[in-house]
Amino acid sequence: MSLHADLALRRGDLELRAALAVAPGEVVALLGPNGAGKSTALQLLAGILPLDAGRVELDGVTLDDPAAGVHVRPRDRRVGMVVQDYLLFPRMSVLENVAFGLRSRGMPRDRARAEAREWLGRMGLAGYERRRPGELSGGQAQRVALARALIVAPRLLLLDEPLAALDAGTRPAVRAELRRHLAGYDGCTLVVTHDPLEAMVLGDRVVVLERGSVVQQGPPAEVARRPRTDYVARLVGLNLLTGTASGRTAELPTGAVVTLAHDATGPVHIAFPPVAVTLSPRRPEGSARNAWPLVIADLEAHGDLVRVTADGAVPVLADVTPLAVADLGLEPGGEVWASVKATEISVYPA
Amino acid sequence: MNPTRRTEDLRVPAGLLIPAALGVAILVLPMAGLVVRAPWSDLPSILASDEVLTALRLSLVTATVATAAALACGVPIAWLLARTTLPGRSVLRGLVTVPLVLPPVVGGVALLMVFGRRGLVGGWLYDTFGISLPFTTEAVVLAQVFVAMPFLVVAVEGALRTADRRYDDVAATLGATSWTTFRRVTLPAVTPGVLAGAVLCWARALGEFGATVTFAGSFPGTTRTLPLEAYVAINSGDSDVAIVLSLLMIAVSVTILVGLRERWIGTA
Amino acid sequence: MTRARLALTVTVAALLTVACGGDDGDSAAAADPGEASQVPSGRVTVLAAASLTESFEHLADELQTTHPDLEIVYSFGSSSGLVEQLLSGAPADVLATADTTTMDEAVAGGVVDGEPRIFARNTLALAVPAGNPGNVTGLADLANEDLRVAICEPQVPCGGAAQRLLDAAGVTAAPDTLTTDVKEAASLVALGEADAALIYLTDAAAEGDAVETVDVPDAEDVVSDYPVAVLADAPNPEGARAVVDAITGEPGRVILGEAGFLEP
Repeated sequence: MSLHADLALRRGDLELRAALAVAPGEVVALLGPNGAGKSTALQLLAGILPLDAGRVELDGVTLDDPAAGVHVRPRDRRVGMVVQDYLLFPRMSVLENVAFGLRSRGMPRDRARAEAREWLGRMGLAGYERRRPGELSGGQAQRVALARALIVAPRLLLLDEPLAALDAGTRPAVRAELRRHLAGYDGCTLVVTHDPLEAMVLGDRVVVLERGSVVQQGPPAEVARRPRTDYVARLVGLNLLTGTASGRTAELPTGAVVTLAHDATGPVHIAFPPVAVTLSPRRPEGSARNAWPLVIADLEAHGDLVRVTADGAVPVLADVTPLAVADLGLEPGGEVWASVKATEISVYPA
Repeated sequence: MNPTRRTEDLRVPAGLLIPAALGVAILVLPMAGLVVRAPWSDLPSILASDEVLTALRLSLVTATVATAAALACGVPIAWLLARTTLPGRSVLRGLVTVPLVLPPVVGGVALLMVFGRRGLVGGWLYDTFGISLPFTTEAVVLAQVFVAMPFLVVAVEGALRTADRRYDDVAATLGATSWTTFRRVTLPAVTPGVLAGAVLCWARALGEFGATVTFAGSFPGTTRTLPLEAYVAINSGDSDVAIVLSLLMIAVSVTILVGLRERWIGTA
Repeated sequence: MTRARLALTVTVAALLTVACGGDDGDSAAAADPGEASQVPSGRVTVLAAASLTESFEHLADELQTTHPDLEIVYSFGSSSGLVEQLLSGAPADVLATADTTTMDEAVAGGVVDGEPRIFARNTLALAVPAGNPGNVTGLADLANEDLRVAICEPQVPCGGAAQRLLDAAGVTAAPDTLTTDVKEAASLVALGEADAALIYLTDAAAEGDAVETVDVPDAEDVVSDYPVAVLADAPNPEGARAVVDAITGEPGRVILGEAGFLEP
């Protein structure tokens, strides 16, 4: 009772090789930058694209096995799909949209409509039956799309950037609502997103896809705390360094040395948040043992703070107040010392 | 908002204005000529004459039937061209659109060679069923379909190509067969394109002359449509009737094109 | 079949160009009225009834030997259509029609210079495709709804003649198509698409083996007179007169006679 997929496909520049597993009732967030192959993976699972190689199995039924010549058509898969712009059929009413799947499977019109009406009620859309998709808000459209997909009781639900089409103001509310609806669904769910917050909130587990390969997976908190690639680190707002640890120190490929709070051995990731970085005009004195002379590359507003990108033996992102920028006279090309307390650094095996 | 700027924006270079005016004159003057030369006092009696009414009725019926036939066959052709990866697709597209550039008389000759009583298909039809197509109203429709269907195919194929194929994918994941998807999702999405194509097709069928006169002949009530009636009139020295018929065809075409354009295509 | 003229509705324009490099001097001569009267030259545009197609093209070939400086350009069509073109201002030098009615219209319209001359006469034939697949035996068969019958449009000369012949025989024909010129009807018979057509004897002969004729008693009683005239606004009146002289003279008599036309 679950999804086991081993996807392999070469298309243009993309070479996708990814193994995905989703348990019943579990929501897996597939996180990755544009062009990583996330949407392609969904199309493979939906059966819209054929696999080059590999295998897809859902609830013990083989959907794809190119080696054995198996390819189940999309309409026979019991896989539901909700995409970024929802793709509600524009010339049908909301009710007809939701009833579409049941009608396509041969259910008489009246029964299909009655069931669709029930789903709309469940989605808080009673009274919207006769509306056209164009008359709905983004959040309402998403719920209709969800009802349309779920009404046929799919065993696998695929959501492709389900919140990307919404404006920033409505996104949090719709996200929370989507999370609630997904919690009530007992099939497997795969949510594709490039937004880390979305992945963290919606996913029981996060799978990070980069250039067609899975680079990291785990519970959201784990991924957020211990990023394994620059991409993930940047997404979750952490500085990420890679080095070789020996006792309380770790040496970076550049030769720079980072002091650690705990013993560690072998290849490690070293992560610390930008707000933990202190900038000063001269080498700082005191408890911070990690201090590096750097050159400022960029300054950028980041919420109430200013994000400073500094290069040197240890490239660092630092978040400082605008006041500090003024006091220190920070500007691109200027020299500065960056320091981080060892206790602010988290170290984990690479 | 700024009147000075607007005036500058509206200044048209003479290099564009003069050829444009010339072009408009070439298009509009012949029609204006018809209006000027029209026998206005005799107009009602000519319009109400049996010949004209018979030809008008025949034209409207045949063009409409031809358009229906073109829709029934042309939309599937357009779908094949736009949505499949058949190996000979570009050849098929070429063949289907050839009548667009072919002189209609050539189309009529070709139809005669195939569907004539001694033609490839027509010979068999005649020998087996005693069916002979030339000189029948069916032949008029066939000739019109031949010359007009490509307009529909081209318009619908364009609409299908610009339509979002992901709707079809969604329908498939919802369990729809490709036929259900076509009927309930694809076709409604391209309705404006289909209508535009049908209007073009109808207008072309209404004006069809060369293939009709060659393949279907010319007999009042059976095969003599408005353009043929006009041709007969001018060849019989009856220029007044020819002018009235020409005006009538212009009026019908303009009404249909403008009316349908505003109402169906413009809003989509 | 082999000689089927398929551009039925399009006016057949046969261009018999005699022009060559040495023409320059002759054109200059044509521009000089003093010398032009001696040697007609230049281009002569002739509008002629469709039934004259073969004979007139033959005649142009003949004229090339006697009048090498003449360039004859033909436009063949239905006589009434040609007259309509003239009345609308089509530039031409000579008009030859298949009946006097259409020529009279041209005269009444003031486009003809002088008195038209009858140069040939023609009679109708009941033409059937080779082998006579419709088993046509006489005019009465033209009333048979099951047969495919082609007749000329009543307003054009061959149609008018056909009407007179049918009236004389007391037959009400059931045609399937009315053609605007006689050549179109002849082609339909030659192609086997029409079982029978009333066309000129000369056109039936011109179709060769593809067409047979069925004897029609009294067909010779319905005779069409072919008049020819120089046109009032002829750009080349000298050349026009030369061509008309050839048509009404010995060369025309011989060639038209070979094609089956009767002498006036």
